[in-house]
Amino acid sequence: MTSQPPDAAKLLPVALSTLRKGESAVVVGVRDDHEDLGDEVRSTLAQRLLELGFIPGEVLEVVGAIWPGADPIAVRLGRSLFALRRREAAAVMVSPATAGAR
Amino acid sequence: MSSAVAASELRLALVGVPNCGKTALFNRLTGGHQKVANYAGVTVERKEGRFTGRSGRTYRILDLPGAYSLTPTSLDEAITRDAVLGRLAGEMPPEIVVCVVDATNLRLNLRLVLEIRRLGVPMVVALNMSDVARARGFRLDLRKLEAELGIPVVETVAVSSGGAHALIERLEQQVQPAARGPVDYREPTSEDVLDTQREARRILTLVDYYEPPRQRLLQRLDAIVMHPVLGTLVLGALLFTIFQAVFSWAALPMDLIDAGISAVGDALHDGLPAGPLRSLLVDGVIAGAGSVLVFLPQILILFLFILALEESGYLPRAAYLLDRVMGSVGLSGRAFIPLLSSFACAIPGIMATRTIPNVRDRMATIMIAPLMTCSARLPVYALLIGAFIPAQQVGWFNLQGLVLFTLYVAGVVAALVVALVLKRTALKASYHPLLLELPEYHWPSPRNLAIGLWERARIFLRRVGTIILALMIVLWFLSSYPAAPADATMPPIYYSFAGYIGRGLEVLLAPIGFNWQISIALVPGLAAREVAVGALGTVYSLSASDEAVAATLTPMIASTWSLATALALLAWYVFAPQCLSTLAVVKRETASWRYPVAMAAYLFGLAYAGAFVTYRVALALGG
Repeated sequence: MTSQPPDAAKLLPVALSTLRKGESAVVVGVRDDHEDLGDEVRSTLAQRLLELGFIPGEVLEVVGAIWPGADPIAVRLGRSLFALRRREAAAVMVSPATAGAR
Repeated sequence: MSSAVAASELRLALVGVPNCGKTALFNRLTGGHQKVANYAGVTVERKEGRFTGRSGRTYRILDLPGAYSLTPTSLDEAITRDAVLGRLAGEMPPEIVVCVVDATNLRLNLRLVLEIRRLGVPMVVALNMSDVARARGFRLDLRKLEAELGIPVVETVAVSSGGAHALIERLEQQVQPAARGPVDYREPTSEDVLDTQREARRILTLVDYYEPPRQRLLQRLDAIVMHPVLGTLVLGALLFTIFQAVFSWAALPMDLIDAGISAVGDALHDGLPAGPLRSLLVDGVIAGAGSVLVFLPQILILFLFILALEESGYLPRAAYLLDRVMGSVGLSGRAFIPLLSSFACAIPGIMATRTIPNVRDRMATIMIAPLMTCSARLPVYALLIGAFIPAQQVGWFNLQGLVLFTLYVAGVVAALVVALVLKRTALKASYHPLLLELPEYHWPSPRNLAIGLWERARIFLRRVGTIILALMIVLWFLSSYPAAPADATMPPIYYSFAGYIGRGLEVLLAPIGFNWQISIALVPGLAAREVAVGALGTVYSLSASDEAVAATLTPMIASTWSLATALALLAWYVFAPQCLSTLAVVKRETASWRYPVAMAAYLFGLAYAGAFVTYRVALALGG
């Protein structure tokens, strides 16, 4: 699950923030170089996401979104449900292909 | 203190992620025997309790704030880390850490157990909500988990009696650990966190951990409650129900308390000879403190709803729904919970802002917290609405309830505008993330609600019995002396100290429709909002020509004030910082005079402007 499949064209990781409501994906990793966030936030956010369970191999699903703008979103990760804004979600890289959505 | 600690006393600390049922377990262990205060130097709530085991050993137990990790992102989490590491000033390090774990969400909870285990502190794991876990189909091999972790693991059910039995038995077997100094601790890197998570996953596989799929019913409930439109309707309906309930459910107990107070007043009046002592007891103590005490049922009903919503897991969902609205005025969705608490009282609300990680977001939330209609305003609102607004039905709704709802909305709208201005000017902040756990729903436990309500009732009664009573006596003195001259044409209070102050203030307050009686009542009302009602009671019962103390305040003001004056006073109370305790807490929370002074200035400004506009408009419309 953690190794990259050879045919990367369709399976390139995307940010969680690009998923729509109802879509599932597998976590690939957490970025701590995301530009939308300030310096102090960036590293603590990445670590907190890992602590909450956004670790490679975990399956997540976007179960809700507030309109307009679909922000914040609600993400189910195992037995937990988290609310996060698109900007935070942009730090989580996922591989949507595995779930077959889209 | 430390030298007096007997060998048969053990210091415990409860640690766990938020929503793991830690506080419920704390309530189960300690019952009503708890002490709520603050940690030295900061305003994080410190809850300590004690219980005695079968062996006679006493356990002193500290309920640490919920923390996802020892790498803090809020003041709460920093306190928990420092307490566990034994670095917290003024606190003895815990001898045993009880790590509370939600058995229905081990994937989130186990990492913290491993992080604390690494510290080498003696610890016990309490697998909480194990009854719910079993009923919902979770499976796990407890013996293997214990063996794998190398620390004792016990099942607990915080909400049922005897549910902490296994934990207590385990603690009884625990020998007194040798004294230890601060723990050697190194902050983990992201790589370390990932390793711990992998280890947690490995253990979960090893102990045959099985998670059932989430119940369909709960999924459907979330689909409604978290829906942008339906969820907002649910939230609105909930808030509206609360306000209607505060008025209708409380009516009977309030009538009973009122009747009781009148009876005591009458008995004292008949039993004592006329003179200063009778006047002090009947007019000052009974009429003053009694008229505030009568609002206890309303305050308890409001808190009952807030506590139940908090325990059910609904509140974070409301924060999620409102993040967009809050974000549009520059606040975080997290500000919702402190602001909601401020509807009960601004003080716990302001203290709850410590869960907002960004300092400027936190300051902005503190500054607008007093605009949320706290329960201390209810006595004032209830008195004025009862006296001036007819209790007629408007469609499905009661007109009095509608006016009350309008007052609440006015406070919220003002708060949003003020927040917007603050966040554009003085408190501009860089971006701060929202990362909020939405816990599983739980039925609120009646016992926890009862303990929570008891705490609130105790705080309220202590205020009535101390600050408010003292102010009532001071006011009674100011209102009674000096005595009226022999050829007096006005009621005696007109000639008293209070009369002088009131008449002085009246010059300032006449343009907004306030008479000198109101002006007098606002002075002691500065100490606490509800005092104004008692003060009006004292002012009017003393200024009545005969000693008709039993006559209630409502018909008195209904016949002497204009509707415009009543509405202006309501508008004044939406804004005015008539609560020195709030300002004192702001001073303590922000560690500077800047915020409380700015708060008092802008709130008085708004109050005067709001009352002025209301009064003039009401007069123009024929009020």
